[in-house]
Amino acid sequence: MNRWEPVIGLEVHVELKTQTKMFCGCAVAYGDPPNTHTCPVCLAHPGALPVVNRRAVEYAVRIALALGCSVPPRNVFHRKNYFYPDLPKAYQISQFDEPLAVNGRFDYWVDDERLSCRINRVHMEEDAAKLVHAGESGRIAGSEYSIVDFNRGGTPLVEIVTEPDIPSPAAAGELLRQLRDLIVELGVSDCVMEEGQVRWDANISVRPAGSEELGTRTELKNMNSFRFLQQALESELPRQIAVLEAGENVLQETLHFDPETGTTTPLRSKEEAHDYRYFPEPDLVPLVMDPAWVEEVRAALPELPAARVERFRQQYGLSRYDAFALGNTRPLATFFEAAAASGADAKLLANWTMGTYLAYLKEAGLEPGAGFVTPARLAGIVQMIAAGAVSGSAAKEVFALMLTERAEPAEIVERHGLGQISDQDALAAAVATVLDQNPAEVEAYRAGKQKLLGFFVGQVMKQTRGRADAALVSALVRKALDE
Amino acid sequence: MSGLDPLRLTALEAKRLLREGEVSAAELTSLYLRRIAAVEPLVHAYIQVCADDAARYAALIDSEMTASRGALAGLPTAIKDNMVTEGVVSTSGSRILQSYSPVYTATAVRKLFDEHVVMLGKTNLDEFAMGSSTENSAFHATRNPWDVGTVPGGSSGGSAAAVAAGEALWALGSDTGGSIRQPASLCGIVGMKPTYGAVSRYGLVAFASSLDQIGPLTRSVGDAALLLRHISGADPQDSTSVGLPFEVEVPTAERLDGVRVGVPREYLAAGIDDGVRTRFDETLRLLEDLGAGLTEISLPHTEHALAAYYIIAPAEASANLARFDGVRYGYRAAGCDDLVEMYERTRSEGFGAEVKRRIMIGTYALSSGYYDAYYGQAQRVRRLVKDDFDAAFAQLDLIVSPTSPSVAFAVGSRTDDPLAMYMSDLCTIPVNLAGLPAISIPCGLSEGLPVGFQLIGPAFSENALLSAAHALERAIGFAAVPELRGAGQAVAEVTP
Repeated sequence: MNRWEPVIGLEVHVELKTQTKMFCGCAVAYGDPPNTHTCPVCLAHPGALPVVNRRAVEYAVRIALALGCSVPPRNVFHRKNYFYPDLPKAYQISQFDEPLAVNGRFDYWVDDERLSCRINRVHMEEDAAKLVHAGESGRIAGSEYSIVDFNRGGTPLVEIVTEPDIPSPAAAGELLRQLRDLIVELGVSDCVMEEGQVRWDANISVRPAGSEELGTRTELKNMNSFRFLQQALESELPRQIAVLEAGENVLQETLHFDPETGTTTPLRSKEEAHDYRYFPEPDLVPLVMDPAWVEEVRAALPELPAARVERFRQQYGLSRYDAFALGNTRPLATFFEAAAASGADAKLLANWTMGTYLAYLKEAGLEPGAGFVTPARLAGIVQMIAAGAVSGSAAKEVFALMLTERAEPAEIVERHGLGQISDQDALAAAVATVLDQNPAEVEAYRAGKQKLLGFFVGQVMKQTRGRADAALVSALVRKALDE
Repeated sequence: MSGLDPLRLTALEAKRLLREGEVSAAELTSLYLRRIAAVEPLVHAYIQVCADDAARYAALIDSEMTASRGALAGLPTAIKDNMVTEGVVSTSGSRILQSYSPVYTATAVRKLFDEHVVMLGKTNLDEFAMGSSTENSAFHATRNPWDVGTVPGGSSGGSAAAVAAGEALWALGSDTGGSIRQPASLCGIVGMKPTYGAVSRYGLVAFASSLDQIGPLTRSVGDAALLLRHISGADPQDSTSVGLPFEVEVPTAERLDGVRVGVPREYLAAGIDDGVRTRFDETLRLLEDLGAGLTEISLPHTEHALAAYYIIAPAEASANLARFDGVRYGYRAAGCDDLVEMYERTRSEGFGAEVKRRIMIGTYALSSGYYDAYYGQAQRVRRLVKDDFDAAFAQLDLIVSPTSPSVAFAVGSRTDDPLAMYMSDLCTIPVNLAGLPAISIPCGLSEGLPVGFQLIGPAFSENALLSAAHALERAIGFAAVPELRGAGQAVAEVTP
């Protein structure tokens, strides 16, 4: 048994895909030439004032409600003060002791276990600009000079703060993946990790297994890769345990994870921590949340992944695993549901969607729903299997030929003569041929090696190029041998 | 035209003369530009005079805007230099913005431009509006036209001195703790701070965001009403602006029958100069003569207002002024080796002593472990100060006091004593903390220098306040004008 258990909490930052920035009318855009989406407000020119983006508030409320948070009747913006070239006002407009939403919960799966993480708060803030440091290090220390692109500065951000409820690095990774899926589902962010549209800080501490008390935590800042997060936590965990087992204390500090060495190094200690001097932003009045409007936002929420997974289990009789694989993200779920609507057998369809179809998407580099394989086409193949029109193995050939020849499944079956052979006489003849060709195996079978049944069936299938009705063949083989 | 006296001409009169064709915009502008050329070397009211642009624009109004003239077309106007004006350097009186040319125009100024005022120039101020004497400007101290050995008050001392000296028909100022009313008082003109939120702050370089408000400095109460009418209004670019729920009317009241006026004893308790007190008491009697009823009242938290103000204003300022970091615009120290050195030297060299003092006070007041004791406590006091006013206004229409405890003081006499300087704003600061409208009108002279009388109204009572001020202004009949020693001498150069 482990003597120590980790306790992990997360702060997740999500860039919202609003048309315009959090506090000005500049476009939110990725990949445009530097400093082409700026104005006096997001460049912090003298006298410029912020105005809250109503759509950003709506998006943030969507996230809050989807996480089961309550939305207090008012929330307040604060100034978070620190100097850095990517922060033109030298304060970030954020929220502090009166955030947009509090007290939520996020349930997520780790393997077959359903875990629950409390959400402390959801609040709104603005993103910093993008700094590029010239020089080898790529960091500000040691760079020759740095340049700033203010296009990103002022992009609406939502920060989601969890309670320290996460029991392992792997669980942290799973939570983040499923949280990202939820946010994408809400239509408020594309969560493109490479663009930094979702990033997170993690804090981790360890405590004696079963203890209720929290140990001293360290923080890992600003990560945007699930893999690095998990690696960082997995390297930090034994380090803390070693410190504690040596009878020493873990220092509260902020750590930097180096993916190349796989280790963490201190960035700054608690003593060096910023004093952000939070105070209420006097340029903005408190946001009063009309309960009726909040309810409108709630009513307009799409079906959330967790609910959809549950519905897939019940409606289609799928296993938890299958329901999650198909139902957790909207594009695949939509594809599956469209295919299932044709009346195809749901379990068979699920297998084909998760197997052949996903493999095809991966190979072709396509998103679910794109490409030649429409829900109707995949459903068509599955329906032919269920109806006994093609065998399971011939269906795989139909799928492949459908792609190369760009034709309907039924036409492929017709064209290539792939229809299932269910004719008793024809199959009995094929069985007889196989038995004649394999006298030794017939002998062995009759001597009690019943496993060889599969061999004979396989040989018949081979002879019929997979078109034979496998169940019928099996019955015929047994009948012939038992005579 | 030859009969026009820039020391006495009101905007309402100038507007009438322009409309009736008795004077052209070019002639009127020329009158003020000549006056500026003559007296500016003594007064130093402006940081920048836009003589050529003003003359050109006035000529344009005369020649091309015959049918489509704005309501204020051709009226020569001065703008405090902490309001940004596109393409016209706007310094806020600071070295750190010495050559900063804004890319947009402040909403209040733009609204005046939309009515075709002629901007004569940008007026001097205490750096970032921090001060009560206009001696804290990075460029030069402005002098009081009544006695150039004294200060004009501040921080809108440039605007006040320009109007008083006949260097502008009227002007815009900004008021955070008295920065319009106190210089108006010391310069013998009218100055009004509107209700917080009546005028957009967009483009006003922020000092203390929750206290700042733009307002008029004029030669008459009627002019103040006219100017307020055109600068007020909700602005989608300022979330704290709400405008006024009525059209501002040019006041005509002559009597104040039945108006209930409170005189807070705390404002008169200590430190009011005898001469100021005498003029104030005389004015109270005039109020009674006009039919108003006087009551002595108490605003018990007044004594804490100054302390609360000097926490809240510096705290907000410490954040507001953090954007001046040398990265994007404005002054940047040369030859720095790294980021921290650039920040430190840029700000050390770019800001003056008073600004640094307030940034440090504000930073300290907000720092971890001190927030509750300072900023939190100051906000509670602010609430109590507001409650005092609310309780008083449940029974009253107006509260009156001297605007400043003293008349204009000698240049340099308080620069080494920040506390004495802060006391100049004793009677004006509580009004900003409570967000109320107030107006200062001249009520006579003491030792040859003007005394100001302050009228404070409930929030959004501008029309009633202007009416009362107008009736009282008529009764006072203040007609003195400053006699500038050296004025009228031919002066070759206008300050750049």
